[in-house]
Amino acid sequence: MNAHVTNAVVLRDLSRSFAGKTVLDRISLDIPAGQFVALLGESGSGKTTLLRALAGLDDDAQTKGHFNTPDSVSVLFQDSRLLPWKTVIDNLTLGLRRPDAAPSAKAMLHEVGLADKTDVWPSTLSGGQKQRASLARSLLRSPDLLLADEPFGALDALTRLKMQALLMRLVEHKRPTIILVTHDVDEALLLADRILVLKDGQIAEDHAVSVPHPRRDHQIEITSLRTRLLKSLGVETDSI
Amino acid sequence: MTDISSGRIEGARSKRHSGSAARRSINLVPAKLPAGFRLLGPAIVLIVWEAASRLGLLSPATLAAPSTAIKTGYEMLVDGSLLPHLAASSARAYSGLVLGVITGVVLALLSGLTRTGEALIDGLVQIKRAVPTLALIPLVIIWLGIGETMKVFLIFTAVLVPVYINTHAALRGIDIGHVELARTLGLTRGEFIRHVALPGALPGFFVSLRLAVALCWTALVVLELVNTQTGIGYLMNRARDWGQTEIIVVGIIIYAALGLLSDALVRIVEARALSYRRALGS
Repeated sequence: MNAHVTNAVVLRDLSRSFAGKTVLDRISLDIPAGQFVALLGESGSGKTTLLRALAGLDDDAQTKGHFNTPDSVSVLFQDSRLLPWKTVIDNLTLGLRRPDAAPSAKAMLHEVGLADKTDVWPSTLSGGQKQRASLARSLLRSPDLLLADEPFGALDALTRLKMQALLMRLVEHKRPTIILVTHDVDEALLLADRILVLKDGQIAEDHAVSVPHPRRDHQIEITSLRTRLLKSLGVETDSI
Repeated sequence: MTDISSGRIEGARSKRHSGSAARRSINLVPAKLPAGFRLLGPAIVLIVWEAASRLGLLSPATLAAPSTAIKTGYEMLVDGSLLPHLAASSARAYSGLVLGVITGVVLALLSGLTRTGEALIDGLVQIKRAVPTLALIPLVIIWLGIGETMKVFLIFTAVLVPVYINTHAALRGIDIGHVELARTLGLTRGEFIRHVALPGALPGFFVSLRLAVALCWTALVVLELVNTQTGIGYLMNRARDWGQTEIIVVGIIIYAALGLLSDALVRIVEARALSYRRALGS
């Protein structure tokens, strides 16, 4: 790894087990600042556990080894987790102690296309709108590290494409380090600079994706990697 | 041309479909009741009751006719003999209610938000829950005498339990997702309680408030049978001695009206406080 690059995330022999069952098994990993990492893996491979460990969640787990993350970390959950009793803007500014919290929240809502939803209850939003509000809440905190746990997994295919494009546009300038847990190989190939495949709590594969953006124009170059990733996730694509 | 013709076929087909679906459909869930129809049952009972009285099937010594009771109630209201009793009863019921709700909420917060609180409080309230309020009457009379304090105290203890139980359960049942969100947003404990825990427990609190409002009147009826010279319960008790069933019915009507009115009031406040829930409404 390049010596000049500072690592935003460093894991050393990180293990986590729940009630005696090992979920993460001595993971060591360096993620340079600004890198977009996709975490792939079958169900139960430990990808969400790894993300939640970095987010400081799951206190009840037995943890060994150590990890470093930047001070400013934001988490994007699969469900939007907007508080139903707060308006959209109050959800965004929740816990923000900056004096300009309200105006910058408004600007952020404008960015994600929810300018007209500032003062409505979250229950009136569609699934895609909720997730956009949730993304706005995360990015409003200008995180150095964005941890995203299948944020688009529950959305329909069209909304998902729009959200992926929105995410890329919003992080273009500030370039936070991003770790995206996903089960969608195409999503990983479309967005990430680097794809990790987790298997039985260990990093089984580590691929750099050097294809330039926008990737829609480079389908052929990513096809072989796609096939390979699907195969390592137990999907044979020969017949389709 | 093809578009038009196929459109017509489509239209005809879908019509036939909806027709056959309507014929075959089974109502698994009853349709929504139109407003006011809920009063049909009570109205029928009233009519039968009144008719039975007028036809002489129901002697006034057993049960006065509703019309007689309403007339008596109106006369008592006009000659000023009802209001002092109503005021006395309301004062007892609502002071007990206010004390019970405040104490119940404070105990639920202490117990729901701190471990020490739960260790100290929860067991005690659970024990109180298992003891019927009426079983405490002899002891409380020895402690506080047979005056107003005793009555308010017993209403207070009766109200406290459901308020505590429901509010506490709501606080403990907070969505774990919201707790995780609060952690990742870096909320302080104070911010978490104010923005997440308390609003999350509000629906549970309103359930408890509706129980409490009904309960404070229930407890009152019994307590007003113990050494009082005022109150609706006293009126009813005296009427029993004199065989005035119409006054007993007046008392029952007042209790029912107060109960329904209080419940409606709580519902209105609840609908306002939880307006975010109705956002999608109908």
